[in-house]
Amino acid sequence: MLFLLQDGITNGAIYALLGLALVLVFAVTRVILIPQGEFVTYGALSYAMLATGQVPGTVWLAMAMGIAAFGLDLFDARRSLRLKRILRSLAFNVVLPAAILALTYRLAGPKTPIAVNIALSLLIVAAIGLYLYRLAFQPLAHTSVLVLLISSVGCHLALQGLGLVFFGAEGLRGPALSTAALTVGPLRFTGQSLAVYGLTVAFIIALWLFFGFTLMGKALRATAVNRLGARLVGIRTTLSGQIAFLLASLIGAISGILIVPITTLYYDTGFLIGLKGFIAAIIGGLVSYPLTAVAALVVGSVEAFSSFYASNFKEVIVFTLILPVLMLRSLAAPAVEEEKD
Amino acid sequence: MKQRTPLIIFAALMAAIPFIPGLPPFWIVLLNNIGLAALVAMGLVLLTGVGGLTSFGQAAFCGFGAYTTAVLTTAYGVSPWLTLPLSLLVSGIAAVLLGILTVRLSGHYLPLGTIAWGIGLFYLFSKLEFLGRNDGISGIPPLSIGNFRMLDPGAIYFAIWIAVLISALLTMNLLDSRTGRAIRALRRGHIAGEAFGVQTPRAKLLVFIYAAVLAGLSGWLYAHFQRAANPTPFGAQAGIEYLFIAVVGGAGYVWGGVLGAGIVVILKEILQSYLPYVFGGQSQLETIVFGILLVVLLQLAPTGVWPWLMSRLPIKPARKTPDASLPLAAPIREKASSGALLQIEKARKQFGGVIAVNDVSFNVGAREIVALIGPNGAGKSTTFNLITGVLTTTGGSISVLGHKVDNAPPQEVVKLGVSRTFQHVKLVPDMTVLENVAIGAHLRGSSGAISSMFRLDRADEAKLLAEAARQIERVGLGEQIDQLAGSLSLGQQRIVEIARALCVDPLLLLLDEPAAGLRHMEKQRLAALLRQLRDGGMSVLLVEHDMGFVMDLADRVVVLDFGTKIAEGTPNQIKTNPDVIKAYLGATA
Repeated sequence: MLFLLQDGITNGAIYALLGLALVLVFAVTRVILIPQGEFVTYGALSYAMLATGQVPGTVWLAMAMGIAAFGLDLFDARRSLRLKRILRSLAFNVVLPAAILALTYRLAGPKTPIAVNIALSLLIVAAIGLYLYRLAFQPLAHTSVLVLLISSVGCHLALQGLGLVFFGAEGLRGPALSTAALTVGPLRFTGQSLAVYGLTVAFIIALWLFFGFTLMGKALRATAVNRLGARLVGIRTTLSGQIAFLLASLIGAISGILIVPITTLYYDTGFLIGLKGFIAAIIGGLVSYPLTAVAALVVGSVEAFSSFYASNFKEVIVFTLILPVLMLRSLAAPAVEEEKD
Repeated sequence: MKQRTPLIIFAALMAAIPFIPGLPPFWIVLLNNIGLAALVAMGLVLLTGVGGLTSFGQAAFCGFGAYTTAVLTTAYGVSPWLTLPLSLLVSGIAAVLLGILTVRLSGHYLPLGTIAWGIGLFYLFSKLEFLGRNDGISGIPPLSIGNFRMLDPGAIYFAIWIAVLISALLTMNLLDSRTGRAIRALRRGHIAGEAFGVQTPRAKLLVFIYAAVLAGLSGWLYAHFQRAANPTPFGAQAGIEYLFIAVVGGAGYVWGGVLGAGIVVILKEILQSYLPYVFGGQSQLETIVFGILLVVLLQLAPTGVWPWLMSRLPIKPARKTPDASLPLAAPIREKASSGALLQIEKARKQFGGVIAVNDVSFNVGAREIVALIGPNGAGKSTTFNLITGVLTTTGGSISVLGHKVDNAPPQEVVKLGVSRTFQHVKLVPDMTVLENVAIGAHLRGSSGAISSMFRLDRADEAKLLAEAARQIERVGLGEQIDQLAGSLSLGQQRIVEIARALCVDPLLLLLDEPAAGLRHMEKQRLAALLRQLRDGGMSVLLVEHDMGFVMDLADRVVVLDFGTKIAEGTPNQIKTNPDVIKAYLGATA
């Protein structure tokens, strides 16, 4: 019983991290980030490949996306080309990923310390997250949630397909962050699971502080409520979107690196993990961070228990969990009229 | 009959294709797949494009249709034709259950909810013993008529495309009807429709079921075409793809669904067969290209290919002008029990700590024009919303003809003969003026969804449109009757709203800033119209900022300031009232 709960909480903590990232991105950009799961697998599998001394293909993806973003920048600014602007875009979109690329090739090897591998994976995925926003969502920022959602699905399909190209169909595991273990009563806590708990709590607190108490956090929230209004008071809405995607991809990659030592990940595992994060996020109403975190723990525990008692129907149970929640939500707060278009 | 010509040409074309000599049989398979996808996409057009409800879970409804017939025909030997109604019924019932849970959700919850149950059902299909788990069910008998068994793709081709054409026809009939207008108004929010008696949740559930039944039909055909059913084609991926098809084709157009199905199925086929040659044997490459194409396409044409294509065609469909002489029976209403037409007693509305309407009382009698004025934020529109049931009161009572209406839903208030316009125009911009105005007559028609699909509603429909045309003529917009409401100026849109409200044949007309955005001459015409309505026996309560217009027109004026009534009287009394002057011009004026 207890170890089921422990298992559930470890998984739940990961779902909580992803749920938080989803809430964050939705709150700022109105994008329902289906490819969040790909950030997880990209982070995890890049880390696992680096650990074996190989250079993951994701570096090249970051490079290619950067170049495409640069092209898009040039195209958008074609009527007012100024050298300073071009140089800035060049530095941000081409030089930066090129530097990451060079760094990865320089550092990658069988003897690279774990910390360096982690840092490299995070850098790569963060860059992909940034350029993903630039390429797929920034041009659509003014459109409806539906259009953004479908674009998001397109990104998911493309990234998942690319995942197969980069990492192959075989599952990978990565080395643990620490081999320490702690025994309390009947339970054994590995260093890995403690790291999962610690980072989750740290992120929740950090996000709460960031959005509640910093100017940048408030600006991000303002962007979510009213893009035009935010622009009028001088908030750079594009920057808000970039920050949201940067944070989301980082959180995704961290979650991936945290779980890849515990479970084998495949190129397409991310989608399901991400969706469970979604369920938590939906239960949290896509707005509340603490509620999302609690919901994620519930999802994780339900999953652990149902995989023990009714393993065949594990996914069915987890995904139908959402229906009573949605019903409660719709009863508690009937649809509010939205002014659209 | 002119509107049908393209359809007949299309049907003849599709019927001729299999007889082209030398046509590779593979093309027929492809066309079958297009037809199957088009059926699902058509449902999504109605659900998402027209109704504004996004569903990623349509593939699961195909699954219900396919598995129902698979189980019944293989395990119990039931004839495929008998399983057709059962398949549709099972998908329909599933839709009712899921719909009741999810349709009330607004905005992004619905798509997320549908993703979740789409995946949940996929796992259910693949785990249940009697559905054959991951292997599914094979050996499903083909469709047959007498001794003719539809074994090869060329035979079932006709069954599939007849289903597509009939569904398209029924869907278009449905959209062009009383129920259809209610569905088309859904996407713009529920307040406007409800103010004219539309039961929004019921309309939403209806499109949800309709879309699910179409998907179930597609699943049933699929099962007898493939002669097997397994979980893969009914998973989340497929659900996403259907939505993609609808968006690519043009989510607001029935034929957009068919076109989108054609584009996507053929594109996927090309990608699947040629990409491996270009890039070597890597699998899933088509997914990558597919995903990227999706993102690019959305940026280039967010409304889809069909409307883009149509706008390039020189032919415009001819519209029938309604015969304005057809009479529409006056609505049957409850008799007045007592007192004034509208009686407001200490109505109160609090939003948290803010008191928007503070114990306001006033009456509107028969044949009277009453103006409700006051500075911005005085609570005028809130008062309107209380009267019409959009908001519920915190205290006090509101009655129409002696019947208490406070906290009655808007659909009940309009039945008593109270109709309204909105401060922020709430028309459906992509519907014509005529169609928009006809929503006003919603309660005066009775045809339901089924009768309109089969065109049994035409007599009823003609009367509704005749009434709408008369009211449009009455407000002086006869020339704009066939224009899209969104293309009119804001002032004209307000007048359209008045025509729509008049279609209720109201006893009391509530007008929220009707003169805003009108030019001088138009205002005079509006004033004349309102006087004429009053002399015909109607009462008018209006909110307006144009003082000249108000003082000239109103029999009585009620002044609100910060939610409180500060004065009431004839225009002349109000003009000289010191409190009113203070509220408008400040203390020292």
